Amino acid sequence: MKPCYIYSAVSISAQHTFDSGLGLLEPLALQPNKVNAHHPLYKSYIPPAALRRMATGVKMGVTAGKKALENANIIQPDAIVIGTGMGCIEDTETFLNAIIKNDEAYLTPTAFIQSTHNTVGAQIALGLQCKAYNNTYVHGALSFESALLDGLLQVEDDSASTVLVGGLDELGKEFIDYIDLIEDKNEGITVPFSEGASFFVLGAIKQQHAVQLKAIKTFSALTLENVRSVFMAFLKENACPPETIDALILGHNGSKYDHYYTEAASCFPKTTVQLKYKQCIGEYFTASAFGLYLGVTLLKNQDLPSLLTCGDTPKKPLKISIIYNQYNGRDHSLILLSL
Amino acid sequence: MSNLKQELKENIIELLNLEEFSVEDINDNDALFGDGLGLDSIDALELMVMLDKDYGIKLTDPKEGKEIFQSIAVLAEYIEKNRTK
Repeated sequence: MKPCYIYSAVSISAQHTFDSGLGLLEPLALQPNKVNAHHPLYKSYIPPAALRRMATGVKMGVTAGKKALENANIIQPDAIVIGTGMGCIEDTETFLNAIIKNDEAYLTPTAFIQSTHNTVGAQIALGLQCKAYNNTYVHGALSFESALLDGLLQVEDDSASTVLVGGLDELGKEFIDYIDLIEDKNEGITVPFSEGASFFVLGAIKQQHAVQLKAIKTFSALTLENVRSVFMAFLKENACPPETIDALILGHNGSKYDHYYTEAASCFPKTTVQLKYKQCIGEYFTASAFGLYLGVTLLKNQDLPSLLTCGDTPKKPLKISIIYNQYNGRDHSLILLSL
Repeated sequence: MSNLKQELKENIIELLNLEEFSVEDINDNDALFGDGLGLDSIDALELMVMLDKDYGIKLTDPKEGKEIFQSIAVLAEYIEKNRTK
């Protein structure tokens, strides 16, 4: 079984991460309840004829994917694997609303064609003329992890030398407001709903300062009582005792389910630095892809953004980190990285 | 007729997200497809839906579309003659 390394990591988020990395992070305002991504100049990456048809998520995904490939010096990946919780909700809303408005008489083609969940993977492949394996996973808050697991397995069993893996979600215009309306105002998510795209190139050949993707574990359901045993089993499987973990990246979103993170953090000694990121990028089904971007970036650059760090001053160098995410007590994921 | 041409230019820019173009950039006799505005077959479908929805014109023969969508001037003339709303 081959090792799997992360050659590049790129993120479009509610912060300036696409242009400036983690350098200019600031907390998101809690009002309004949704926050758009900070969008780069897409026409620098996408031809105008294609760009004019693309909804926000497609632009984010194609651009982040393209830059991730550029940063890894890869022209054609052996596989393109995408994870998205909501898919192209913006175009879905557009064509469904058009059907209602036009009394089911007229269906305009563009929004309909681009409303499918696999549009981003397809557009990346079309741009590259890449006929390799192309798959999109849609599994709620485990969508990105499912894509990442697919990429990891392909590299490990030598089915692919390089894999482009991405997680993305767009806010859309309407549906997210209904989600916000039904959110429990007392115990629900307090960080704004948001959008973003984080893309990675995986490969089997070790490069200088390459971060290794060691393992992924996912659980659809997990009780609070089982968190500790799950973490301990995960660490044991990967021969990493708790004291060897330098950074723990957690997906707190302000809901009553944040106590899962408290329980997870209790498995580690004080020397393990804890980071929280959703106060800066918001919540969406594939927000954990930003967690991975954060994990890769901090191991590569050895730079801990103070805005994300909680607890004691961390020890350096940082060599091993775990990213833990869950959504409303479901869809738990653990990702292990090492330098 | 000039009002209709203006309306068509505005609608096409909005419908097809031609962000690079303004109404002034489109001449009445510019080719809509190919070297002109650079529209393609998906845009042709959008225009056919627009003709049906806004002017009550149903195009059933694709060859007919090729003739009608030559330019704003040709399209406006066709609409003027055939519109039902």
